[in-house]
Amino acid sequence: MERTTLDLWVGLFVVAGIAALVFLAMKVGNIGTFDTAKTYSVTAKFGNIGGLKVRAPVKSAGVVVGRVGEIRFNTQAYQAEVVLNIGNQFKFPIDTGASIMTSGLLGEQYIALEAGAEEKMLAQGDVLKITQGAVVLENLIGQFLYNKADEPTTPAK
Amino acid sequence: MPERVIGGFRKIGHRTIDGVWRMGVSTRFFLLTLMHSGICLRRPQLVIREIFSAGVLSLIIIIVSGLFVGMVLGLQGYETLQTYGSEEALGILVALSLVRELGPVVAALLFASRAGSAITAEIGLMKATEQIAAMEMMAVDPIARVVAPRFWGAVISMPLLAALFSAMGIFGGYLVGVVMIGVDDGAFWSQMQSAVDFREDILNGVIKSVVFGVAVTVVALFEGYDAPPTAEGVSRATTRTVVTSSLAILALDFVLTALMFRGV
Repeated sequence: MERTTLDLWVGLFVVAGIAALVFLAMKVGNIGTFDTAKTYSVTAKFGNIGGLKVRAPVKSAGVVVGRVGEIRFNTQAYQAEVVLNIGNQFKFPIDTGASIMTSGLLGEQYIALEAGAEEKMLAQGDVLKITQGAVVLENLIGQFLYNKADEPTTPAK
Repeated sequence: MPERVIGGFRKIGHRTIDGVWRMGVSTRFFLLTLMHSGICLRRPQLVIREIFSAGVLSLIIIIVSGLFVGMVLGLQGYETLQTYGSEEALGILVALSLVRELGPVVAALLFASRAGSAITAEIGLMKATEQIAAMEMMAVDPIARVVAPRFWGAVISMPLLAALFSAMGIFGGYLVGVVMIGVDDGAFWSQMQSAVDFREDILNGVIKSVVFGVAVTVVALFEGYDAPPTAEGVSRATTRTVVTSSLAILALDFVLTALMFRGV
């Protein structure tokens, strides 16, 4: 085969392969969302994190503002310590509350931030005071049954 | 009777020694190829020619099978996810299965049967027609001139082909899931993006495809170089390339998956 045609085909092939990789990275993967952006990290303690995973989204008003960076177990308080990496452009008051929520009935778990009213803003290394852990389905059902049993039985019609 | 038993042991011993010998020789062959790779930098045209025959000529089969694998994943995944009312997770299912497993593995299997067999047949025939002996006669190192460019051409092509396979598969899943069945477009992509991690999933898939590329190419080159210089010998070597490299891909895939995805 002519050398120039050969070069052309190989060039096209390599460009197509690299384009496929870039497509996978940008469109399929989550590169570019908070991976390269500057973040500050704050810690939140929870009694129960349920199924929360590292890299789970941190949302405020439904908008992703950061990701879970690290999950530790505190042996003094017997609580889970979750490090949240929040984008530098999102400033939250110091009395912001964090709670673990589930998207949909069976969806992934994320951390919802509820902005407070203080004028001082959160900075690197701060600890969130107001937290609410994950809701455990079994406890919920148990509570529901307990409440149901307490109710006066309605007479049969 | 004892003669037969002794014969049986002798057969097992012979096979074992033969197997160990082949492993050792192929490892030395691989190291020799790496040592003689300098020529690929001095004469890149040699590698470009091999990228053409290993990569560009495999494009059609990779693209078509990627598309169809993705379309089938879309159909089957939808059927199952629908029963749990989470059709939106179709994007995650298609993307993760392709990027992590099917892309590298199926592309490597196709590559082994399409390009690996071609390499073995070519080198085997070169040996049978005494071209390699002629090169040695002219003081041209056949490992540097014939083997090393083929090795690098194939190793460069493999990850690109696997990436194309995955991309085409995701496109096929999109065609079936979103265009044909009608899963929500935004949910398909956004759920996929939130679940697929660049380093954990995509980069690991690329590493897998590079490892498979090296394994397939070394097997193909060694079988070709080792083939008895007869028509039957070349045909047997070609068959052995496809069988050995396919088994190697599957075994390596298990090992790599166990190392990479420990299930956090």
